[in-house]
Amino acid sequence: MEPNNLCTVERRGRVHVITLTGPGEHRLGPALLGAIRSAVAAASAGAGALVLAAEGKFFSNGFDQAWARTVPLHLQATMEDAFRALVADLLALPVPTVAAVTGHAAAAGCALALAHDAVFMRGSRGFLYMSEVDAGIKIIDFFAEIMREKVPDAVARRDLLLRGDRMPAAEAVRRGMVDVAVEGGVEDVVNAAVAEAEKLAAREWDGEVVAEIRKAAWPKLWSKVKDYSAAAQVAVRPRL
Amino acid sequence: MCTMEQRGRVFVLTLTGDDEHRLSHALIASIRSSVASVAAASASAGPGTALVTVGEGRFFSNGLDNIWAGTSRERLQGLVDELRPLAADLLALPMPTIAAITGHAAAGGFLLALCHDYRIMRGDRGVLYMSEVDIGLPLPPYFVSVLRAKITAANALRDVTLRGRKLKAAEAKEMGIVDAVCPGPAETAAEAIKLAEQLAARKWDGNVYASIRMSIFPEACRSIGIVEESDEEKRKHFASRL
Repeated sequence: MEPNNLCTVERRGRVHVITLTGPGEHRLGPALLGAIRSAVAAASAGAGALVLAAEGKFFSNGFDQAWARTVPLHLQATMEDAFRALVADLLALPVPTVAAVTGHAAAAGCALALAHDAVFMRGSRGFLYMSEVDAGIKIIDFFAEIMREKVPDAVARRDLLLRGDRMPAAEAVRRGMVDVAVEGGVEDVVNAAVAEAEKLAAREWDGEVVAEIRKAAWPKLWSKVKDYSAAAQVAVRPRL
Repeated sequence: MCTMEQRGRVFVLTLTGDDEHRLSHALIASIRSSVASVAAASASAGPGTALVTVGEGRFFSNGLDNIWAGTSRERLQGLVDELRPLAADLLALPMPTIAAITGHAAAGGFLLALCHDYRIMRGDRGVLYMSEVDIGLPLPPYFVSVLRAKITAANALRDVTLRGRKLKAAEAKEMGIVDAVCPGPAETAAEAIKLAEQLAARKWDGNVYASIRMSIFPEACRSIGIVEESDEEKRKHFASRL
């Protein structure tokens, strides 16, 4: 895997830890999405579980709209497609996944966190925020499906999407969106997520079965993203 | 039957009179006309409006006009069919909507309240009641879609539809069906208007707001006859705003 300055990959025990590097907003543009996808693909090889974390004040502040402004409409779709592909890869991953929401997670950043099997979040700082209503941006179908499948409570969905509530960890836990609020700093959140991931890895589940059960658990979401997964892309390439 | 007034950024739709506000053809048409005028006014008013629906007297609405329908299946089906586009108008309305449940809301009346984004209810009197199971009527499919979209806890949905449970405001709040409970009707209306003002002050683009609302429960919207915008149209909208 090529080194890049967008995310790092390390192994802690059986856990494959991907960290979005730097103090910035970790905006999900094509480059960062590509880097994360590469890192996620590497997790399938021998890891027992995956953790996605970030450095700094933000987990991710959403799509890279500054980048989108620089390209024509038909190329903007590449960012959305890359995100859809990442979600597909996470759903099809043969190992359990844990998001370590170490800072603010907004819009696509929030959706990315929720697309993991488990979500650990920093208790003292940072919030989940679906900023679209405030920013005047409509939500496309597969994106809304992530929220529909992962935030099943009607009131939570309304408050998050239709009222743009900024939800700190404790409230997100109470509303069933986040599994654990972790006290302390960024490292504490990552350590807690890694500990959970290690426990999941220790179950030694058959990876193919994990992937099949997960896709069956979120069937609508899977149906909307599956054509974008790495495996699907490989399948459409003509054999020589 | 109903009045519509504008108070600043808030439109207030009042079901007038101390009667059951039975959803007859006349009342449904009257409400639809008022809601249409709100949608039109919001286009010129610009971003940052909200709707409050409130009832006078002891009832918010006791449902479709079963009295007029009597034993006639055609008449009843006619009313069911007539309510559906009103429900659609509300689910597609380009602004936040609040039902100030100032009295009993049963069957179609309960559905009307559920078609709003928020519900504020008086705690001293009045119940929410899906009476169909008790009176021996099946639930129209679009009723079920809206119930499933708004009442997502399985046992709450069961209690409402399959047990015909009569919910007082406090119970409804615990079940996530009502957002706030107020002492009496005046406070309920006041709180609803206050919330409406707060939401209007967020200055949301109405078209985007409605779009996001519909993306939260697309099955209910389909069931009610709303066609959601395509992803392509949404992308074009996004691009135009960059």
